[in-house]
Formats: sequence, C-alpha cells, structure tokens
Amino acid sequence: MSRVLIIGAGPAGICAAQALVAAGLSPVVVDSAARAGGQIYRRPPEGFTRPATTLYGSEAEKARRLHRDFDALVAQKKIAYLPSSTVMALGPGAAEVVGPEGRCTLKFDRLILASGATDRLAPVPGWELPGTYSLGAAQIALKAQGVALGRKIVLAGSGPLLTLLACQLRHAGAEVAAILDTAPMSGQIRHGLAMACARPWVTLRGLRMRLSLGQSYHAAVSLERIDGDSGGVRALHWRDGRGRAHVTACDMVAMGWHLRADTILADLAGASFEWSSDFAQWLPKRDAMLRAGQGIYLAGDGARPLGADGAELSGRLAALACLHDLELSQDDPAPLQRALARMEAFATAMSRAFPWPAEQVRGLPDRAVICRCEGITARALRALAREAGGDANRAKSLSRVGMGRCQGRYCQLAGAEILAATTGRSPAQTGRLRAQSPARPVTVGQWLRRDPRQDHLTVEPDEDRR
Amino acid sequence: MSGRLVRLAEKARPPLPFEFDGEALTGLEGDTVLTAILLSKGSLRQAEFGPERRAGFCLMGACQDCWIWQDDGARVQACATPLVSGMRLRSEPVGWPGDES
Repeated sequence: MSRVLIIGAGPAGICAAQALVAAGLSPVVVDSAARAGGQIYRRPPEGFTRPATTLYGSEAEKARRLHRDFDALVAQKKIAYLPSSTVMALGPGAAEVVGPEGRCTLKFDRLILASGATDRLAPVPGWELPGTYSLGAAQIALKAQGVALGRKIVLAGSGPLLTLLACQLRHAGAEVAAILDTAPMSGQIRHGLAMACARPWVTLRGLRMRLSLGQSYHAAVSLERIDGDSGGVRALHWRDGRGRAHVTACDMVAMGWHLRADTILADLAGASFEWSSDFAQWLPKRDAMLRAGQGIYLAGDGARPLGADGAELSGRLAALACLHDLELSQDDPAPLQRALARMEAFATAMSRAFPWPAEQVRGLPDRAVICRCEGITARALRALAREAGGDANRAKSLSRVGMGRCQGRYCQLAGAEILAATTGRSPAQTGRLRAQSPARPVTVGQWLRRDPRQDHLTVEPDEDRR
Repeated sequence: MSGRLVRLAEKARPPLPFEFDGEALTGLEGDTVLTAILLSKGSLRQAEFGPERRAGFCLMGACQDCWIWQDDGARVQACATPLVSGMRLRSEPVGWPGDES
C-alpha cells in the first residue's frame, strides 16, 4: 500500500483525507493544531459551549460537516492522525515531525501539502507595540477563546476579513471604534462586479455586512502610525481619502491585507515558485492536477489563497491526482477544475478590489520597524539595499530582515517592497527568500526526544495502529 | 495596568490557578497561556531587540512573538499552549546556575 502523508487538517487536508480513504487508502494526517479544522474552521477547546452558528456564521454547516467527517475518519481508524504535531523538516520521502511525545520520522511515497496561510502584513510605524495584532489573531481569539484582544478596537488593512471580523466582534459585544480600509472605493466597485459575476451570493453577503458597518468604515485610508507608551497601543493616526488627518484613540489595532501562503514546506519539498502580481506574493507552481513535482501535491491556501471553499476543492483535486498517479481512480477531474477556476476568478478579482498597499510600504519612514522579530528598521534595510544588489537573500544576510524567528513570514513582502523601491526594481526582481529547516522554531529538547510511537505510524489497513 | 483582554463569552468554565512572575493569577479551563496571562496583564515579555514589551501577534503559532518561560526553564509558546493548573510561568528566562542577576 502506498504511504500518503497529508500535512495540515484544515478544509484542504480534511477533504484530501476523505477522498483517499474513499478510494481505500489510509493516509497519515499531521496537523499542528490540537483539533482539526484549520484556522478558518478552528474549534474551541473541549468544554466550550457556543454553537457553530455563533462561531462560523453562514459557514456553520460546512464547519460542522468537516469536523464531523474528520472525527469519523479518526474514530474508525481510517487514518493515522497526529494532532499538535508540526513538520519541521522535509526531505525526499521523509518528514521530521515534532509533537507532544517528541520527534518522529515519517516516511512517505506521496505528499499532499495543505499547510495553510497566515495574514499578509504590511508594517505600520509602531506595529511592534503590545496591543497590535493580526486580523486573524483577533478572529482566533474570539472564535477559540471567547475573548476580545482589547477594549477599544481599530481594525485596519484590506480584504474580506476586515469587514467580517468587524461584524463578528460587534456581534459579540466588543467596541470597534473604526474600520480603516486602505483600498479605494473606485477599485472596490470596479472589481466587485467581477467578484459578483464569479460568486454572486458570497459577494452580496459581503456587501450586506459592509453596509452594516455604517459610518465607522472608511475606504482609501492611509495608515500613518500607531502611537503608544509603556502600556501599549494608545491611538492610530491615519488620513482619509481626501488627505485629512485623523487620530482614533484605541488600545488595540488589528491589521491584515488578505492572506500570505505559508510556503516554507512547499519550498523544502522542492516546489519551484513564481511571483503572482495579483496576489502580490511568491506562490508555488503546480500543474492542472496540483502537482508540484513527482508525488508532491499542493492544496489549500498554502498553495494559492482562494479561501475555504477553494481549499475544499483543491484538497479533493490533489487527492484525485494522487489516485490517478497510483492508478486507483480514473474519475474525471474537470468538474473540480471548473469549480476551482470560479474560485480563482473570484479571488483574483478580490485581490484587485483590495490590493496590497505597495505605496504605503514604499513610503514608510526610516524609523519604522520592518522585522518585528528583531526590531530591524526601514533605515537599516535601505542603508544596505544597494550593497545587497537589491537581492532579497543577500539583504537578509546583511540586515537580518527575514532571518528572525518567524522566518520572514511577516516581513518578507514588506522587505521586498522596500528593497525594490530603493534599488529601482520590482518586488519580483528582488527574488524569493529561500526556506530553511526547521520550518518553525523547535527546542533542542523536543528535537532530541524520540517519539516512541514512530515505528507504528506507517499505516497499514489491517494492523492496529495504536 | 489591568488586563489587555476582555472575556466576551464562555465564562462558565472551571477556574485554574497559576503563577506569572511569582504572582498568583486565575484562568479558566480551556484558556491558552496567552489568554490567561493577558486577561490580567498588559504584556507577556520584554522585546529582546527594542524598548517595547510584547503581547503576541498572530495567535496561530506562526510569528513566534509569544514565547515565554516556565520556572523549570522550559520555553512555552503562549498562544499554542493550554493553561494547566499550577503552572509557574515567567516573562523572563531563569538565570543560569550561579547567575546573580
């Protein structure tokens, strides 16, 4: 039996696992969360009582179905499931996984990577202050912990989460003082029409939510700085579309501009990459069956940020590709590919309606921190941009922007933008930061402790796996 | 300063006592270490490379902003670690044996 490893148990990983099990395979599923669902359908810990409709709104039924189906696969021992476990390194045919019991080496013949995405961040001066969070963080805190990350909240950035989160926080009783969108209204309307053509109901739902925000929503905003003191965030300074200066008092700012695919594992798996000007980031190349190499399939927002529905489809298509390659299925991929093309059209239009704030990043003052991990400023990066030949990897070595503990997840794109502006190039021309293992920081103790379960984790359908 | 976070829901869970920098605090079962500390405190730790304090950023285990310590020296990623009764957490690492600071 072919050993298939699925990394990630969000909508893409769950759907891939289901499709493989339906064809008689028994994949191993590794996920860094304690409970499957991914970030979008993240589940609170055991003992929490809010119903799915409160947590996931209009998507409650999808969340319930995915959770229920995945739990059934685990209960029926159709898959081997390693929760709270993170893939730290990836080589040909083997993954090094660190979990609560220590490290184990998982050998595989085929890999379905569904590693997900993080918020895509653009720095704002002062974003290193305590009380600044990503939009995703504010949503996770509400969904999985039932808390607001502040008493008086400002949401800033652009993209669908900005509006959705504002509604969710207000509904839960939090005070959202302002919703500041850097996207101009003209582009939102123009590309909103293309969004509506691709997915009319989703677009309409977003529009209704947006209208409910009322006067506290502002478009075409430029974010100037976050002010604070030793107690953290105190105010956000911003300008409206006409250039008028505003100061909004707050103790929390959450920011984000859509998603950034988390591609470190795809890189370690040997994928090649290309710059996407629509998504304004590096994305791994795939063929029409989502193959990125021999026996390597990429699904979900970690390969292309299309959202949760797109992730379900790409998880199923990646599994189908795997089954085709194993000659276990001859099902026609065209219906899945057509549905994905619609998600792609929607996501592309959305990325144009709510674009990456390139001008804001290029114009950051010298004192602005670019790398939150190590407090490295725009001045430091600009000072050696030419010495680095405008090359992102050389600039990383010289400035350490991209070398900190987050491994560039939150500074790479802003760093590239500044490097590009300083040396008269495009961000794509600065090059892509090479990924390094471990994919996340790991303590020496965790790495050295061998997981006693490791020899039992190669899934064979007729054996007891535990 | 009082806590940074506000509980909006899920308030009826069993309390869990723990310590942060020697101070006795109480969280609820199911809280992460980050949630439990920031409901009473304004920050988790001092930034190593700047004058500011830090209170986490991404809450999904990606940004690495919320690593703190336990009394036994072990590191804890606060956003991804469930609170356990009796935890002794610290914003600063424990000194080396013989370290006077």
